[in-house]
Amino acid sequence: MNVEFLVAIVTGTVVAATPLIYAALGELIAERAGVLNLGVEGMMLVGALTAFSVGVGTGSLALGYLAAVCTSMLLALLFAILTLSLQTNQVATGLALTLFGLGLSAFAGRKFTGLPIQGLRAMWIPGLSHLPIAGPLLFRFDAAVYGSILLYFAVDHVLNRTRAGLQLRAVGESPAIAHALGQPVLLTRYAAVLFGGATSGIAGAYLSTALTPMWVEGMSAGRGWIALALVVFATWKPLRVLLGAYLFGGVTILQLHAQGLGLGVPSEILSMLPYAATIVVLVIICRDPKTILLNQPAALGKSFHPDV
Amino acid sequence: MRVAAPLIAAAAMLATSFLIFAFLGKDPLNALDVFFIEPLNSRYGWGELFLKATPLALCALGLALGFSANVWNIGAEGQLTLGAICGGGVALYWGDYLGPLALPVILLAGMAGGAAWAAIPAYLRTRFNTSEILVSLMLVYIAQLLLNYLLHGIWRDPEGFNYPQSRAFDERILLPLLFDGQRANLAFPIMLGVAAISWVFSARLFAGFRMRVGGQAPAAAAYAGFSERRNVWLALMIGGGAAGLAGVCEVVGPIGRLQVDISPGYGFAAIIVAFVGRLHPAGIVLAALLMSLLYLGGESVQLGLQLPAAVTGLFQGMLLFYLLAADLFVGFRLRRVSRARAA
Repeated sequence: MNVEFLVAIVTGTVVAATPLIYAALGELIAERAGVLNLGVEGMMLVGALTAFSVGVGTGSLALGYLAAVCTSMLLALLFAILTLSLQTNQVATGLALTLFGLGLSAFAGRKFTGLPIQGLRAMWIPGLSHLPIAGPLLFRFDAAVYGSILLYFAVDHVLNRTRAGLQLRAVGESPAIAHALGQPVLLTRYAAVLFGGATSGIAGAYLSTALTPMWVEGMSAGRGWIALALVVFATWKPLRVLLGAYLFGGVTILQLHAQGLGLGVPSEILSMLPYAATIVVLVIICRDPKTILLNQPAALGKSFHPDV
Repeated sequence: MRVAAPLIAAAAMLATSFLIFAFLGKDPLNALDVFFIEPLNSRYGWGELFLKATPLALCALGLALGFSANVWNIGAEGQLTLGAICGGGVALYWGDYLGPLALPVILLAGMAGGAAWAAIPAYLRTRFNTSEILVSLMLVYIAQLLLNYLLHGIWRDPEGFNYPQSRAFDERILLPLLFDGQRANLAFPIMLGVAAISWVFSARLFAGFRMRVGGQAPAAAAYAGFSERRNVWLALMIGGGAAGLAGVCEVVGPIGRLQVDISPGYGFAAIIVAFVGRLHPAGIVLAALLMSLLYLGGESVQLGLQLPAAVTGLFQGMLLFYLLAADLFVGFRLRRVSRARAA
């Protein structure tokens, strides 16, 4: 075990966790407002394709990320109109969104399969990135990684320390009372769902431009669903989302390195680890019904219609 | 009026597909003809329609029972894969020794495999309150990796030029074809039988009634003493068994061996089939035929117009969106409310 190997594992973990952080923090905000959006996987895929195609077309990844955010927000808007204004079942609509995103990205992405792209570059901070161990560990990531940490602080602050966050939580716990107090329930939920769409778009964009810089049909490989599981695992708390994402990133990277080392365990079995870990972690968290009862937003998944 | 929404949704999907084809620079009328009519111009085409509708309907029949009981099994794709693995494994090891019993044993093994895979979310939900949505979905990926592992390892055909596939099954243990000159097989009438049983179960048996009450009025179900636990187990066992049957019918049907890609997402498309079929067995069979036509149409426009076959997935997703939206307009009446009164 040399130092470089450990550094590679830690940096790999951070990079693998980054899309999960974006997707899960966005979903966390939507769920704290009482909306369960099972369409994360679909929004991520469409975001991944948009960022890749715009990045290849214009040569600018910044434009690609912007476009990914826009298209994923459009999908989120569709979900919001259906579930919030038209009162459809949130579970069914979320599934529809995922299936639609899968189909749409597979259809529109056919031309882009196998094209090369210049992936997201690491930031080079003069002086700091040169440092022997701290350099690669802390100062050589791409901008999106630092963005994910900033996003965590922003989400945590807004959710727990501001009036807007209090309103959002009220809407998720008891929309009827929030409405009676004059809070705009539907508007808050629209905003929360759109925020979730935007971060899913970034998460998808990160997949196709940084984690594996290419476009492959269905490339999110269940990460949207793992992000959903992370929110439950985190008992709807931002800090635990961050820690959970790093845990999953670590599992992903460790199994990749184990495949490289040739431990005699077949690669297919090792590839099952992140999915199996998701199940195990869900069981540990949900085992005690009180954990869920105390932490889950009380109105999660329930439609609300303000009576005029 | 409940049947109106799927019809409106199908019409809306048709109209949108017209626009999409026009946008892609194809003559839309011609494209619609190639997509929806041409696949059914031959006896072979009709056989394909029934062939692809079979796994869709089987998965959807099982899922629909769960959905109506508020049990969200969305891992039919994984249960289908496990059904294929278990049934295919029996076919590989014992298919040649079982004689006339081979096919029934293989089909039962497939059902058992699917049900066993669905037992995991059932156990975790009833024992540990774990969301069956996430668990059943994670198991889809695990099932696919398990199949890959088997086909890259012990089950690989030694004479298969290193392709990840098993040896071909013997002709005698394959499902017999219904007619000459097409590929639909015995699985189609089996599926119709399953649909009939499922109707009897949900409409005439007390167990089915308990499940519907559990889904529509959980509080009433609890007050009546209907066990939620039993509903969850029943829904997942039936759903898993049906999906497993769909999987094994594919490998001892049109595929004839185990291979990495058994299903083009039938288990996920079945979610759409269940909703479009209004969770009713007869509706599900019809919806499965429509979805099957979408698969055939995708292949047809790929061959005829050089459009990607993935257009199928796009249309399927659209269909479900339109359906969910149409439900509102069927179930409610739109009314203008003047601002003054609203305030």
